[in-house]
Order: sequence, then structure tokens, then C-alpha cells
Amino acid sequence: MSSEISNITSEPPNTDAVTVGSLNINDTELTLGLPGESRKLVAKRRFSVITDLKLGGNHRSDSIITKNSPSKEQLVGWPPVRSYRKNMTKSDCKYVKVAVDGAPYLRKVGLELYSGYQQLMCAFEDLFSCLAIKNVSNEMKLMDPVNGTEYVPTYEDKDGDWMLVGDVPWKMFVESCKRIRLMKNSEAINGSGMHNSQIFETTF
Amino acid sequence: MTQSFPEEVLEHVFSFLTSHTDRNAVSLVSKSWYDTERWCRDHVFIGNCYAVNPRVLTRRFKEVKAVELKGKPHFADFNLVPEGWGGCVDPWIVEMGRVYSGLEEIRLKRMEVTDEGLEMVAKGFGKLKVLVLASCDGFSTDGLAAVAANCRNLRVLDLRECEVEELSCHWLSHFPDSFTLLESLNIACLSSEVSFSALERLVSRSPNLKTLKLNRTVPLEKLSTLLQRAPQLVEFGTGAYSAEGLDAYSSLAEAFSGCKKLKSLSGFWDVIPAYLPAVYSVCSQLTSLNLSYATTQSPDLSKIISHCHNLQRLVVLDYIEDTGLETVATSCKDLKELVVFPSDPYVADANVPLTEQGLVSVSQGCTKLHSVLYFCRQMSNSALVSISKNRPNITCFRLCILEPRSPDYLTLEPLDTGFGSIVENCKQLTRLSMSGLLTDRVFEYIGKHAKKLDMLSIAFAGDTDLGLHYILSGCDSLRKLEIRDCPFGDKALLANASKLETMRSLWMSSCFVSFGACKLLGQKMPRLNVEVIDERENLNSIPENVPVEKVYIYRTVCGQRFDMPDFVRIMGKDKADVYNLS
Repeated sequence: MSSEISNITSEPPNTDAVTVGSLNINDTELTLGLPGESRKLVAKRRFSVITDLKLGGNHRSDSIITKNSPSKEQLVGWPPVRSYRKNMTKSDCKYVKVAVDGAPYLRKVGLELYSGYQQLMCAFEDLFSCLAIKNVSNEMKLMDPVNGTEYVPTYEDKDGDWMLVGDVPWKMFVESCKRIRLMKNSEAINGSGMHNSQIFETTF
Repeated sequence: MTQSFPEEVLEHVFSFLTSHTDRNAVSLVSKSWYDTERWCRDHVFIGNCYAVNPRVLTRRFKEVKAVELKGKPHFADFNLVPEGWGGCVDPWIVEMGRVYSGLEEIRLKRMEVTDEGLEMVAKGFGKLKVLVLASCDGFSTDGLAAVAANCRNLRVLDLRECEVEELSCHWLSHFPDSFTLLESLNIACLSSEVSFSALERLVSRSPNLKTLKLNRTVPLEKLSTLLQRAPQLVEFGTGAYSAEGLDAYSSLAEAFSGCKKLKSLSGFWDVIPAYLPAVYSVCSQLTSLNLSYATTQSPDLSKIISHCHNLQRLVVLDYIEDTGLETVATSCKDLKELVVFPSDPYVADANVPLTEQGLVSVSQGCTKLHSVLYFCRQMSNSALVSISKNRPNITCFRLCILEPRSPDYLTLEPLDTGFGSIVENCKQLTRLSMSGLLTDRVFEYIGKHAKKLDMLSIAFAGDTDLGLHYILSGCDSLRKLEIRDCPFGDKALLANASKLETMRSLWMSSCFVSFGACKLLGQKMPRLNVEVIDERENLNSIPENVPVEKVYIYRTVCGQRFDMPDFVRIMGKDKADVYNLS
């Protein structure tokens, strides 16, 4: 056996098989960016395996390893999950983003998971653990008990208008809501007048 | 030399040996022990159906009560084995039907099962008590109807992750009204409706029913009815766990609270969080909880898990997040097995805050943790080292970093030292799956330290043949090796040819193993089948130095198989090495 071992030498690999984090394969310039930087890109990317950087960003490499070179396509059998697990993202459920003024992260809620506004408010409490529901008659507000800041839930509807959460029947809200913003009360206008989008800066 | 014990005494001693590895060892001691053992073995396990054939089985063992057979290689789960490859159970059923009239248990994994085969089972084995089909396909509800109608002694019908052609919802009605013996029914894999009234009647007349796993189409509103009929259940899988409004809540909660023996819960498709508290009354009893279809957020998951103080097995989606896993670490002190599946496997940036930290937390807090399957998007060597030091008792470690060849996200180095630490510290490790950026070095560590390793899965790893050589020459206990997309070629394979006979199987796909090497290996090793699986056209005209698409090498006592499709060739068996003529 040992004579056979001597036949094994360290050969240079046939290709330089390297991925660089989740580099957007459409970039023609090569950058060795840190994996986290790719998160700044807005568009979602599918998996890419850059198999030969020598080809200068040409994603159609001649690598034998991934001979189909699925740059934008999925690799067969990867990741190793059974096919019935492949699409677990709530294909049945409508998910909308929830932003909180002043918080650096977005969450998502599946509107169809809840049967009414009260449950939705509870969900906000859970998702943004610093907030608590403030019960004031039929107003729906959340509050940060630490500094007393009030947040009013608002949402952007199908027409692009920003509305107060709670004004319309629940089912209508679920159907028309595109995204939600918990707005600091100092910016909100009490009572009516919420229906015109010009009032708010909708910067996310 | 005369035998010191009479056969009856030997048989009696052997009756205490239940593990097939012990039985196999005993049968190798001497010819007389082999003969005695074969007459009294009644549970037979065949890990690769092509390692033997049905006649070899029936010639050797005469009074078999339970058979377990496995067919396709593991990577078939991920669509790497083309359809039609093989693993059909029908020839086994024909032969066993001829000889084993007293057969009571059939367990099949990754085999092709036909309706005709199921009919043969139903009519040929009147004493059948257990039928478990795991990851099988090829049959329809017609076959199930035949089983239901004819297997008068059936206790267990378990369709685990099968693909069933669903022609009718009425197959359950084929269980006769007089049939009351059912103990376990798992139909979770079925996607169409089954007749609820048939199901309810069946449950009502099965006082011994301990396991009931419903499929997605059974509505939540009907669950309390079923639970009331079967409060003795130990394992329960719900259907879709959602309803309009909350009307069904209180009866459901009450029904669950009546299940004093319930230890395992699963199902939970389409979860509506408001309904989760209905199970709180049983949470403290649970030892197993499968929430891997519950697409709900971390706070909801954490709440239910925090009630499960006796949990030993948890399966969940990455929606649990690191914070949820911290809850697991503090609440589930008896946890032995953790599985975290990815919710959105194909998106590079799913923005789910589940990182390596979640696994580190569980490894710290759960001292009994020994089995891990974890999908995540980032990993570091330091985290792996911590995990290995926290939990040297880990026996099964499967880590899948979703992006192939991802380095340590902190240092950008390969994850060699991290995995090296796992194999060095976890001395009882029997199963390992690796991912991320890995060089030949990690294989050196594995070959040096992983002496108990039984199964190894490798993908997108390594630099040269040395990697494969380290594994084959170092891992003394290795029986199953599966490799995809690694730069391993002919040299290591040929140099370690004899090792392959000590293993059940080796799978290599998208590597650098050439046709010529496969032929040579097949020629040199008569007790190995070297199956080249290659779907390209004009295979006969491809030069010998070109790599094959896939090769599956396994030891066998019966040489060629005769059910190969045209994309499978067993190499090197003929003198002239003629390819499969078709």
C-alpha cells in the first residue's frame, strides 16, 4: 500500500474554484469584498458559484466541476433539502414589511396569519420587543415605555396612499396593505387628513 | 474439534443478540456458528439491496419475520440519482412471498415500490403487522387500498416522506369495519384529501392507536374530533394548523388537554400563531416537537418551545432565529437532537437573523445534545471550535452553509480548523456532513482523528486527490462516503481500492474520476460494483480519460445487476469490457 501512496502528489488544481461571499455575478469588476457587504445590494440574488476568476467575471466558465455553470440558476441538489421543503416561504401568505421609525431593521408580518387588528398589534409587540400596546379607547398606538415615545401604525395601500391602520375592515386592510410603518407620533397628524401621501416622508 | 455447546444452547445465547452487527460478527466465528446463527436469525437488515439478491437472502435465512431493505443512495433525496436507476422491491417481494409466509414486518427505505408489489404484499403475507415505507415512490393509493383491504393483522402503516400517486381519497375505507388493530398511521406525505369520515371511523375503532400523523388537508376544525376519539395518542401530527376566526380554539385546547400520553407533535402547516397556545397543556410532556412546516416568526416559536421543558428532539425552521435558539438553550435542558431547516434555501440574503450563534448557544445550554443538522448562512472557525469544546459528546454533526465554499466570515479563512476541532474533540462522532470553504487540510484532520466515523458527506471541498486519500486511508470505521463537486480523481480511488470493500458504498458525482479508472477498478475488484451513472449521449465514444458524471461503488456478493437503465453501466466486469449493450 505504501508504494501506492507515493504516487499521490499534490497537483495543482485544474481550476481556481473560489467563491467570494455572495458576489453579484453581474458585476464585471472583481472585488474581494467581505461577505457582509453583499447585503447592501437591494436586489435579491440567486446562488452563484464563481468557478474561475481568471476569466475576469465571465460567468460562463469551462470548469469541469460545475459543468452546467449555473451562475444564475440553482445547483442541482443544493442545498441538500428534500424537494417538499424547497419553498417554505409562505407562498400562501401575504407578507408585508414593517418598519419602525428610528429602528435600523425591518421585520415582516404575514397578514393572513392574524384574524384582526388586535392580534396584529400583539404581533408588533412581539416583533419589536421594546414597544408596548397603549390602550386608548379605540385608538391603536404603541409606546416605548423607556422614553414615552408613541408610535402610530400606518400603512401604504394599493394606491400608494398612506393610511392609519385600523380605519377599514380587517379583510380590506389585508387585501390592500403593501407595507407598514410605525410612525413616531410627532410626525403623525391626529384625526383626519391622513389620506394624502404628501404629508409624510416615506424614506426607508 | 468438537463443538462445546449444543446447538440449542447456542441458539438460546444468540437470541439475546438483537443488533444485526452483532449477529453478523457471530456468524463469522466458525462454520457451525454461522449455520446455527442463520437458522435462528429472524430480523434481517440489508443496507444496500444490490449487495445481495433475493435468492441469497432466502437461501441463507429460513424463518424471517422482519426485513429491512434500503435501495437508492442517500443523494437520491436531493435529485442526484436519475429516475429509473433501480432499487425496485418487487423481485424481493416475489421471492420472500415464496419462502417467508410468516413475514410480519417490512421496512423499506428509498426503494421503488409498485402497486403490483403492494398487492403481492397484501395477499402474500397474511401475518404482516408492520409496513414502513420511507422515502419510497412508484405506488399509488390503489396499492394502499390493497394493503388496507387484505392485511388483517396490520398494526403499523407508515408512509414516511413517500411520493404517492394519489388517485383516490377513499383508500382508507378499504380497511374493513372489523379491523381494530391499528397502532400507527402516518399519512403526512399525502397532498390530497383523504376521506375524513373514513379516517374518523378508523380512528374510532382503533383503541390501540398510538401514532397518528395526518396530512395537510385535514382541517384544524376537525382535529378536536379526532383527538377526542383517540386521547391515548402518543404521537400526533396535525394537518394545516389554521382556521378562519378563533371559534375552533377552545374545543381544540380542551381536546389536547385530554391527551395525557402525548409525547410527540408535528404537522403545523400554515400555522396561525393564535392557535399555537392550544397545545400548551401538553408541552411539558413533549419529548419531540417538529415545527419545520410552521412558517411563523421567532416570538411565536419561542413561546411554545419555552413550555417544552422535557424536549429531546426539536425540528424547526430558521425562523426561530438566534434568539429563539437561546430560548431552546435555557428551556430545553434535555435536548438531544436539533434540526434547523432553511426557510428560503435559494435566496442568498433572506435576512433571517439565524447565524452560527444560535447553534453555539444550544451547544452551551443543552448538555445532552448529540445530534445536529443545521442550515445557516455564515459560520466561523471560532464558533465550530466552541461547539466542539462545549459538546464533545456530539455523535452526528451535519452543517450546511448555504452558499458553497463560504469561508469563515470573520477571517475569510477556510473552515478547516473548525471542522478539525469537531473531529478532534467529538471522539464518538459517527456521522459528519461538511460545507463551506475547505482545503485538503480538513481531510487530513478527519483521517487522523475521526476513527469512529461511519458516514461522511462532502460537497464543494478539497483541493487535490490527497483529500480523498486522507479519508480513505485514515477513517477506520468509514462505511458510507458521499462526495459531490470535489476535485478528487483517479489516484486516491485506485490507491485505496481495497478500502472500498470494507465500506457499504462510495458515491462521487461531479468529481474528476475518469471512465478508465472506473473500468480498472471494476476489473481489479470483483467484489465491487463500479456503477457509472452518466446521462450523456454517445457514452461509448467518450475517451477514457474524461471524467464520469457520477459513480456509485458498492461491495456486493452477487456481481452484476440486471435491471439497469441505459444510463447505468457496471464497469470492468466483462473481459472485453463491453459497455452495457442496449
